[in-house]
Formats: sequence, structure tokens, C-alpha cells
Amino acid sequence: MLSVCQEETIAMRRCRRGSAEAFEVFVNKYMKDAYFIALGLVGNREDALDLSQEAFIRAYRNIKHVKPGHRFFPWFYQILKNLCVSHLRKRRYRQAASLDAEDCPEVAAKDDGFCPDVVAGRNETKDRLWRAIGKLDDKHREVIILRHFQNMSYDQIAEALHCNKGTVTSRLYYARKKLEELLGTGKGGYLHDVS
Amino acid sequence: MTCHDYKDLMMGYLDSELNDEQKRRFEQHVSGCPECAGELEEFKRLKAITDEVTLVEPEDRIWQDYWGGIYNRIERGVGWIVFSVAAVLLTIYCGFRAIEEIIRDPKVELIFKVGLLAMLVGLAVLFVSVLRERIYFWKRDRYKDVRR
Repeated sequence: MLSVCQEETIAMRRCRRGSAEAFEVFVNKYMKDAYFIALGLVGNREDALDLSQEAFIRAYRNIKHVKPGHRFFPWFYQILKNLCVSHLRKRRYRQAASLDAEDCPEVAAKDDGFCPDVVAGRNETKDRLWRAIGKLDDKHREVIILRHFQNMSYDQIAEALHCNKGTVTSRLYYARKKLEELLGTGKGGYLHDVS
Repeated sequence: MTCHDYKDLMMGYLDSELNDEQKRRFEQHVSGCPECAGELEEFKRLKAITDEVTLVEPEDRIWQDYWGGIYNRIERGVGWIVFSVAAVLLTIYCGFRAIEEIIRDPKVELIFKVGLLAMLVGLAVLFVSVLRERIYFWKRDRYKDVRR
């Protein structure tokens, strides 16, 4: 029986020779991760589905650029992230342009379209958290998504982000600090007694 | 080590990423530092809330159609490239033949032929000019190698 790594290597070799069918191995394995990461980064279902599929298409077209011996997912993650960040940038620009951006561009850019209807078993606390995640910087939001929603270890996050473990830890620290600030989980804050 | 140096360990402690030695060192620090102990409690509270949040799983139909959607777009992408190349080639060929016909046709007035040729020369000059401008600015773009 083939190991997961061997299966990926064989599929990668076939994809390089132009086999779209071989690419199905990667899609089946990572489609849920791709969708939920995109959902965490852009905040709504339709965009997450479209962006995750587009990322796979771009990955297929550029699969020859994956260096031999390297894993598919960290490389694919960069494509997905770049697509999501670019999508968010366009969305913020459109929002800023549609609202009265000249008077108040920062207000226009603040609503990131993070609608809490994607959260399971909703309540006020969860809704607030989801909206707060939507207000984080892209680099802080991604570590929260990878750690909490994808359950990735620090090593896996560092590999996906092409950075070292120290950077992951530091980003997590500032991301959580910002979330506390937004949620008011600190002493005297709104959610202090919730948990 | 200062409290600031323990911030990284605090994240690792929260996420169970520390080895036994690091864990022991961190616990020892927290037991004697009320500031870090308070911060750790706040982070634990936040983590408890975050851990409760899960995202809605889409319907099975979405996963069943997922690969189909990608495969179709990959296939269609190849189709569009072939179609576009063929359309460009055919347009250039037909345009060239049509212009050739007009130029050779003695019934067409000279002024029309001159006008047509002038328009084509103008178009060619514009195209070359835009192309040169793009190449000029691309070569001087200091950020062209920066991943956007």
C-alpha cells in the first residue's frame, strides 16, 4: 500500500506530464482545508468556494514549479492566500469607493464582510468573535485561522507561511492580544465573565 | 529572561507546543509573576471562546461537485486558449486578405486606399509605442520581483 507521501509524489509526476485526472488526488485531499481556510480569510461561503477552486486551477497550471521533494500543501497555500488577499484588497477598495470614502475611508474599509452566518451553533459571543477575526490584519487573521480552525501545529503553520516558528508565535501573540482588545475579554471587558 | 521573553513561551504553553523543560520553566516564571499569570488567564479565556467556534460544513453536494467544477474549468481553460489563438490568427489572415483585395481592386478609389493604409500605419505605430512603453516601465520597475 502506498504511503500518503508516495501517493502525492506519483500524482505530482503525472500532473507534470499534463494529467488532469491525477490532480484529483490533491483536490480530494485538500478541498475541505482550502475551502475553510479561504472562508476564514475572506469571510463568506460563495467567495470561499470560488477562490478555493480557482487556487486549485492555478496550482494545476503551475504544478511544474513545485520543486521535487517539496510538499504540495505549503506551496498551494501560498497560491490560495495570495488569491484571498488580492480578493480582499479589491473588496475593500470597492467598499471604500461605494461609501463616502473621501470623508471617511477607514470606516469604509472596516466592514470586511465577515457575516457570522457561517458559524455553527451561533450565539452572541461566537458572532462577536467571528466579526473580531474579520477585523484583524491579514497576517494575524491567517495564524488564528490556521491554528484554531485548521488545528495546525506551529511547525505546520511555519511551513505554510514560509517563516520560522518564532514568527508564528509572535504573530499569534499579537493576533490574540488584538482579539482580546476587540472582544473585551480582559478585566472589565464585555466578555470577561462569559467563559 | 524578562517577561517579554516569556511571551513566546506563553503562546506555546497555551497551545501545548512546549517540551517538558520549557513548560517547567514557564510555569516557574508564572508562579512568581502576577502580571504574566494575569495575562495567561486572559489568553486562556479567549482560547476557550475561540475553541468553541466551528464553521458550518457545506452540503455534501458541494463536495461531490467540487472536483467536477475544477475539471471543467481546467478543460474550458484549454478550450479558450485554443479558441483565442485560432481567432487571432483567423482575424489577422482575413484582415490581411481583405486589405490586399481592396488595394488591388482598381474600382476602389485611390483616396480610400491611402486612407486605409494610413489608418493601418497609425495603428501599427500606436501598438509599437504602447509595447515600448510597457517594456520601458517594466525594466525600470524596482518592485517587479516582489511577490504581490
